[in-house]
Amino acid sequence: MKAMTAEQSRVRSAARHRDGAAPAAPSRGRRQPRARRPRLPRGAQWAAWGFIAPVVGYLGLFYAYPLYRNIDLSVRSYTVTSFVSGNAPFAGFGNYAGIFESPTFAPALLNTAAFVFVSIALQFAIGLALAVFFHRNFRLSGLLRALFLVPWLLPLLVSASTWSWMLNSDSGIVNAFLQAFGIGQVDWLTSPTWSLVAVLIANIWIGIPFNLVIMYSGLQSIPVDIFEAASIDGAGGWQRFWRIAFPLLRPVSAITLLLGFVYTLKVFDIIWIMTKGGPATSSTTLAIWSYQLSFGSLLPDFSSAAAVGNVLIVIAVIFAFIYVRARHRLEST
Amino acid sequence: MRRRAWWLTAVGVVLTAIMLFPVYWMVNVSLTQTSDMRKSPPNLIPVDGTLAGYTVVLRQQLPYLGTSLLIGIGTVLVTLVLAAPAGYSLAKLRPRGGGAVSLLLLVAQMIPAIVMAMGFYATYIKIGLLDSAWGLILADSTIAVPFGVLIFSAFMSRIPDELLQAARIDGAGTLRTFASIVLPVSRNAIITVSLFAFLWAWSDFLFANTLDKGGSLQPITLGIYAYIGNNNQQWNAIMATAVVASVPAAVLLVLAQRYVAAGVTSGAVKD
Repeated sequence: MKAMTAEQSRVRSAARHRDGAAPAAPSRGRRQPRARRPRLPRGAQWAAWGFIAPVVGYLGLFYAYPLYRNIDLSVRSYTVTSFVSGNAPFAGFGNYAGIFESPTFAPALLNTAAFVFVSIALQFAIGLALAVFFHRNFRLSGLLRALFLVPWLLPLLVSASTWSWMLNSDSGIVNAFLQAFGIGQVDWLTSPTWSLVAVLIANIWIGIPFNLVIMYSGLQSIPVDIFEAASIDGAGGWQRFWRIAFPLLRPVSAITLLLGFVYTLKVFDIIWIMTKGGPATSSTTLAIWSYQLSFGSLLPDFSSAAAVGNVLIVIAVIFAFIYVRARHRLEST
Repeated sequence: MRRRAWWLTAVGVVLTAIMLFPVYWMVNVSLTQTSDMRKSPPNLIPVDGTLAGYTVVLRQQLPYLGTSLLIGIGTVLVTLVLAAPAGYSLAKLRPRGGGAVSLLLLVAQMIPAIVMAMGFYATYIKIGLLDSAWGLILADSTIAVPFGVLIFSAFMSRIPDELLQAARIDGAGTLRTFASIVLPVSRNAIITVSLFAFLWAWSDFLFANTLDKGGSLQPITLGIYAYIGNNNQQWNAIMATAVVASVPAAVLLVLAQRYVAAGVTSGAVKD
């Protein structure tokens, strides 16, 4: 797996994640040649920085500054008027204490955890199964694989509104279908029991193509000879998958899962369009809660919303760190 | 063997049909008469179909579509102008601290959009960029720029050094080399990045809904959202708008898939 084929790295870099989480792989590939290259002379150093300076400035202005503003928001008591007047009293960690004590905090955290883990597990399992299936390269497999990408390319708002209508209690096709099997009406979007399941279904549907693409390119990069040799030694399809493909796919799987995690943690559009986090808090995740507190409310509490957002960032960073540590251990053994 | 392959194709077609059913349903509902909308069970095909939903779209949604186009193109330009030189620098010029910049670009993508939206809101409300197309373009570009830099640097690191050295020997400066050699051979990367930047800007809802809620120029996602909120009855119009909003995604994919595929093979040959 170390010597990633050009095709795979290409496919993988082209494989975007919704929301722009770009693959981390290219930067790793580039590190090797850099080590053996001598340092640049002074003039060239300036030129190199000239080319990169706009992006560095951009990162500062459009990432670091909003992030700083967000932290600033979270330690003060902001209302809409204090945005304009500019004087919001310092509140320290009061806003954080406030959100941890809020009755919404526990359900939001649990819903986020359930949403993220169920989404990732099913997206990955289904995506991988489909990748293995398409890897058999039957007639039309290329075309069908391309068609599988459609859900991933649709604007999220479009997918979410389509699912809303499909899951409508009275007139949705899903309930009509279930009724044909004698199952009574399920209130997908309006009952606390089902709302989280409903948004999970939509989110899994959207995420399958991404997992399929990456796992398929991972499978493509495994040399065919290995499978052939195993066949000759009498390994069946099942064994070839669990004993050969699956272990060799570990690095690709790891990056897919990490990207899936980072993306799913910040999912907003789907849940907001389908349920607005409700009924009550039954499908409220941290991202939704943060929005409810700020823009979704008539009396916006930007400070608490910013605090919730920062908690979300901390969770993302912790998991990314765990991932990097795990990969180091994996590579050093 | 042949029979088995046929069997696999059949399974593949069924799986694809299941996967694409919601897309079909969107089209089906967009063609359904309002009077049939609450029918139980719903019509599986648009019998007695109507284009009423689409006439509503043409009458009411064209300005939104125009704005989305404008914002999409603006985002593509901002992304390319920033990402292409940076990708070149990281891949070939290798400045001191370039590794740190790459790392920052990765970390930047972990920040939830809602956090960015609040940061932008707090800033825009002060400098007066709220409810403007420019403000939205800049916000949308944050989804695409880090991705763009990583794609460009991955692609450009495969340009042979000999090519760049030859240019230097011929007397071309760094800027000249970049403009007349690096950019032309990176056409596929440019297309890939443009495609995704456009799609993301086109699909964006969160930034639009937070930073452009009261703007005179609103993108199509807000057009659909307003529909969902206001007239719950006209699902054919909502779904017709959804279909129209999906068209650029489909068109761009079909047109650009060739280039993305070309990028795959050219990369494979060079290595």
